[in-house]
Amino acid sequence: MILDPNNIRADFPILERKVNGHPLVYLDNGASSQKPKAVIDAISEYYTHDHSNIHRGVHTLSGNATEQYELVREKVRNLVNAAHAHEIIFTRGTTESINLLAYSIGKGLIEEDDEIIVTELEHHSNIVPWQLLCEERGAKLKVVPVDDNGNPDLGSYNTLLTNKTKVVSVAHVSNTLGTVLPLKEIINSAHEKGALVVIDGAQAVPHMRVDLQDLDCDFYCFSSHKMFGPTGMGVLYGKQHLLDELPPYHGGGNMISSVTFEKTEYNDLPHKFEAGTPNISGGIGLGAAIDYIEGVGYENIEVYEHNLLTYAIQELKKIKGLRLIGEPKEQAGVISFLLGAHHPLDVGTILDQLGIAVRTGHHCTQPLMDRFGITGTVRASFSFYNTKEEVDKLVAGILKAESLLG
Amino acid sequence: MASIKDLQEEIIENFSMFQDWTEKYEYLIEFGKTLSLLDEKYKTEEYEVNGCQAKVWLRTEFEDGKLIFAADSDAIITKGIIGLLVHVLSDHDVDEILDTELYFIDEIGIKEHLSPTRSNGLAAMIKQMKIYALGYKAKA
Repeated sequence: MILDPNNIRADFPILERKVNGHPLVYLDNGASSQKPKAVIDAISEYYTHDHSNIHRGVHTLSGNATEQYELVREKVRNLVNAAHAHEIIFTRGTTESINLLAYSIGKGLIEEDDEIIVTELEHHSNIVPWQLLCEERGAKLKVVPVDDNGNPDLGSYNTLLTNKTKVVSVAHVSNTLGTVLPLKEIINSAHEKGALVVIDGAQAVPHMRVDLQDLDCDFYCFSSHKMFGPTGMGVLYGKQHLLDELPPYHGGGNMISSVTFEKTEYNDLPHKFEAGTPNISGGIGLGAAIDYIEGVGYENIEVYEHNLLTYAIQELKKIKGLRLIGEPKEQAGVISFLLGAHHPLDVGTILDQLGIAVRTGHHCTQPLMDRFGITGTVRASFSFYNTKEEVDKLVAGILKAESLLG
Repeated sequence: MASIKDLQEEIIENFSMFQDWTEKYEYLIEFGKTLSLLDEKYKTEEYEVNGCQAKVWLRTEFEDGKLIFAADSDAIITKGIIGLLVHVLSDHDVDEILDTELYFIDEIGIKEHLSPTRSNGLAAMIKQMKIYALGYKAKA
């Protein structure tokens, strides 16, 4: 089956709207994707007919809501091929997933002089939680450099990896450059040294099939809102024996099996890491988003997006004075560029006047900007509802910006 | 010397002649380009206005009871907009700066630049100008 973007676009109501008098060209999917009607309807339907607090409720509504919510866990498990549904922990998003890990791994496993490895291209949310942990524990943060094309330097990585390395935490796909990291190599090398591997998959799951059992990473984090689901919902996957071993993050209801003032027994997985009333409607929406993705099919998404990205790179390269930032070996979803000496903000402002939504700035990757000696980029990030015609509009918009900015 | 209100009216009238957004932005860009707003030696952290995706620097001097603003930005559209702000507010006494409502931004249709999500610091810039004025008022 070949993906027909016109059929797909009809599923996303927001794509019908105009912005500043122009049809919306939404190229800010890396920040957040738009939502298909199926997701919007599922949330509305849930609040209209099915809402109740979940777990432990004796009444019918609570039972139904619990069943729906737990079904989503199974959908997530199936989507990313985790071994067990209870290895799927629901969080508020990738940021919370990584913070949870930094807290719980830190409390349980990190001691003075231990080392944690990240790469130079990480999002701030995969840097700062580890920095906080290092400060608290007296551990060291080691950084794998990236080359001029935006690929991590695996030679340096293998040198940085030692018996002191306790955690390696890297992106699956760079949110700024679109680099797809060679995860298998990274994970295998880390495991040889006995280090745990955390993957920030926020920019991968919207674009490609992720097989966690095949990858063999220890933890994997992603966000619902970047994969056509609602905001405020995210996933932390962890291998069962590790999640069992780690101390809980938040205390409260749902995460306990018994509480006395003398001693509290924690609940089983996944509930041990899910204190308080969860984002139930967020879960329902995520479930609908997963159904939608599976309906379109990753095999179709991957082919379509690869062609679209290749076309966009080819057309952008034709623009005189345009400089792509990073041309990684394997790229997904994202293109960063600069136009002459123009400030990204100026380019983004003109594009916005033409109804084209891009992101400008450092994209929460300031160390990566420093590495390239720039303060920001213009970032166009794609989804399978984007079209070649929209790429052409982006190119025309950039040419318009060039002529206006001079 | 024209009042802040008069200067705003003048800008609104200029902008009313533009047919579409392109002309408006062309004007802003040209306005930004022609102005040499701030000496290079003041483009330092000390004079930087926080909260801007583009870098914005702002400096004040107090002369004969008037507050003189000088500002610059590394983004040209931002520079045009802050150029308008400096044009309107500079060389007025502190009370007039603090008491006069700034309505021209809304009227000329670049209000979206005031939104904090734009991160281009127009709101931060105005706040900083008023803070300077308050500071001089307190000293006086």
